[in-house]
Amino acid sequence: MHIVVCVKQVPDTKIIKINPKTNTLDRRSAPAILNPYDAHAVQEAVKIKKAIGRGTISVLSMGPPQAVAVIKKSIEIGADRGFLISDRAFAGADTLATSYALSKALERISKDMPVDLIICGKHAIDGDTGQVGPGIARRLDIPPVTNVIEVSELNESEKTILIKRKITDGYELIQAQVPCLLTVEKEINSIEYSPMPNMMKAAKYEPIIWSVNDLEDVDRTQLGLKGSPTIVGKMFTPPKPEGGKRLEGNADKQIEQLMELLNDKKELFVSR
Amino acid sequence: MSEKFDVIVVGAGPAGTSCAYTCAKNGLKVLQIERGEYPGSKNVMGGVLYRKQMEEIIPEFWKEAPLERPVIEQRFWMMDKESSVSFGYKGLEWGKEPYNNFTVLRAPFDQWFAKKGVEQGVLLINETVVLECLTENGKVVGVRTDRPDGDVYADVVVLADGVNSLLAKQLGYHKEFRPDEVALTVMEVINLSKDKINDRFNLEDNQGCTIEIFGDSTKGNLGTAFIYTNKESVNIGVGTTLSSMIKAKLKPYDLLDYLKTHPMVRPLIEGGESAEYLAHLIPEGGYHSVPKVAGDGVLLAGDAAQLVNAIHREGSNMAMASGTMAAETIIDAKKRGDFSETSLNQYRETLYQSFIIKDLEKYKDATHTFEHYPQYFKEYVPMLNRAASKFFTVDGTPKKEKQKEIMKSFTSERGTIRVLQDMYRAWKAVK
Repeated sequence: MHIVVCVKQVPDTKIIKINPKTNTLDRRSAPAILNPYDAHAVQEAVKIKKAIGRGTISVLSMGPPQAVAVIKKSIEIGADRGFLISDRAFAGADTLATSYALSKALERISKDMPVDLIICGKHAIDGDTGQVGPGIARRLDIPPVTNVIEVSELNESEKTILIKRKITDGYELIQAQVPCLLTVEKEINSIEYSPMPNMMKAAKYEPIIWSVNDLEDVDRTQLGLKGSPTIVGKMFTPPKPEGGKRLEGNADKQIEQLMELLNDKKELFVSR
Repeated sequence: MSEKFDVIVVGAGPAGTSCAYTCAKNGLKVLQIERGEYPGSKNVMGGVLYRKQMEEIIPEFWKEAPLERPVIEQRFWMMDKESSVSFGYKGLEWGKEPYNNFTVLRAPFDQWFAKKGVEQGVLLINETVVLECLTENGKVVGVRTDRPDGDVYADVVVLADGVNSLLAKQLGYHKEFRPDEVALTVMEVINLSKDKINDRFNLEDNQGCTIEIFGDSTKGNLGTAFIYTNKESVNIGVGTTLSSMIKAKLKPYDLLDYLKTHPMVRPLIEGGESAEYLAHLIPEGGYHSVPKVAGDGVLLAGDAAQLVNAIHREGSNMAMASGTMAAETIIDAKKRGDFSETSLNQYRETLYQSFIIKDLEKYKDATHTFEHYPQYFKEYVPMLNRAASKFFTVDGTPKKEKQKEIMKSFTSERGTIRVLQDMYRAWKAVK
């Protein structure tokens, strides 16, 4: 079983500051971290490998040279090896160009070791688009399964996987063929405290770094800024949410007010 | 059994990294374990880095290390409620190579220093807590971390885990602190523009100054306050011994607020934005508090060995020097193939012959004297301020008479004999 997990280095948006003049992220104001959803993706790969009892977990990332940090972090969680594609030609990529570059790297990886499963985080916390995972699946012509909250069963001989997906009003249990691509939610697992041998392996580990020349059959017009049709029209800081309403009075009065409010908004509670 | 190392260094502050760096540079296999998210994330210091000891480890470090400003001026204030007697020295030669010392922010500096160690081959593991030393027949053989499969082994374990070294306590080298052996220091990093700092402190770009404040900065208790200039922020802090704090019923954050709103201090930091608030214990017991520093398979360095000169606010330099001495001992012990206490006692001998213990010995009674006789901070600082005020106020009194009056005011307030006693006692404590 060869599982590839795609990971991204992102600024920690919990603490990042926004430049009030340009409405862009002030990247210096926050440390770079492994995208939290991707950490869960790596953890899920570790869980699957443990359940099967064998296999290889590779992680793949695209970014500047300092992005090796997120590959090392993935090794801490339990990945076996990591690849970073890093080149000026990739710079300025939107989700379209990113998924193209990553799919080319995945083709190269699968040449040496066929890939059975690809796992990505639901989305990156700096862009929140959730497009790169499905974009890779489309290019590799494998099924994308998004918003996964549980891998219930993996049948290696039948090459099927049983998955729970989160949907608006519940979950969906579906079966897919492997290879396929999953994007995972945070509730799929909890990140375990990495064992000491993993920590030492990660501290020593040096990822394999590929430039654009190491990839094959690359159409350079689809890479980086050139390959990115996305135009950012306008950026704004969303207004802070207003506080909730506080009900006053004695218990009976409060219940009365609450019922009134619920009646007013009853369309929210009608099931589709 | 898991991988075995020559040395395990616990802690990635100045002592730990100096030791790890020197060991790795000499070909030893080194594992360094830091509990913080990254080196420097848990460390606190006023902010003065001394050039000499750092330079001995990494020559011309100032060309690449993340430093704030070279210190070109040191000021000392004897501060009263609404006045201050000050003296100091400003020398432009300190602004040129090889410099004297620098202001630094610990988070970037410690990360940089630890990275230099990693470049020498140190295996650095962050976010990992060492729970205890592993021992076999009384000899330390490794450490147990809080991670699964967390035991790691080495010939020597260096405890550079800071002032409150739990590991040294577990080994019985350390007792719990007495309140007069440690100071509690609280500080804030306050963001101020470069121009404001330059104007208010009379500096130019790449020039820094330090101000040490005695007297009312601690409400007359044993301790000091400080203001150090960074590039675009100032560090302001105050510390007193725990015992003084308990006796005077002071809360550390109240004391810092008192300092920040003091009329002598406020104009310097006015309009600044508080960026960070930090608190830390500082070992101030000095010579009498230095524990056993070498045992079978184990050495103590830096704050963990209580190596701080409270009078001269030196600590990081002693940490670095002791870390390097520990490394040199380990390198020699490796050649001897002997990591017993007798062999590792080479470290103790080097330490005791060096400036570190000699300086601590010189001031061995200073803190205790000032703690016992609070008049130095409580009475003499205000007296000095009144004297200066009287002397410099132009009111038609002949200067000679003024001098007489000042002398008389000193002796009449405390009595001639007591003043002489106080002077002798203070001289004896720092001679």
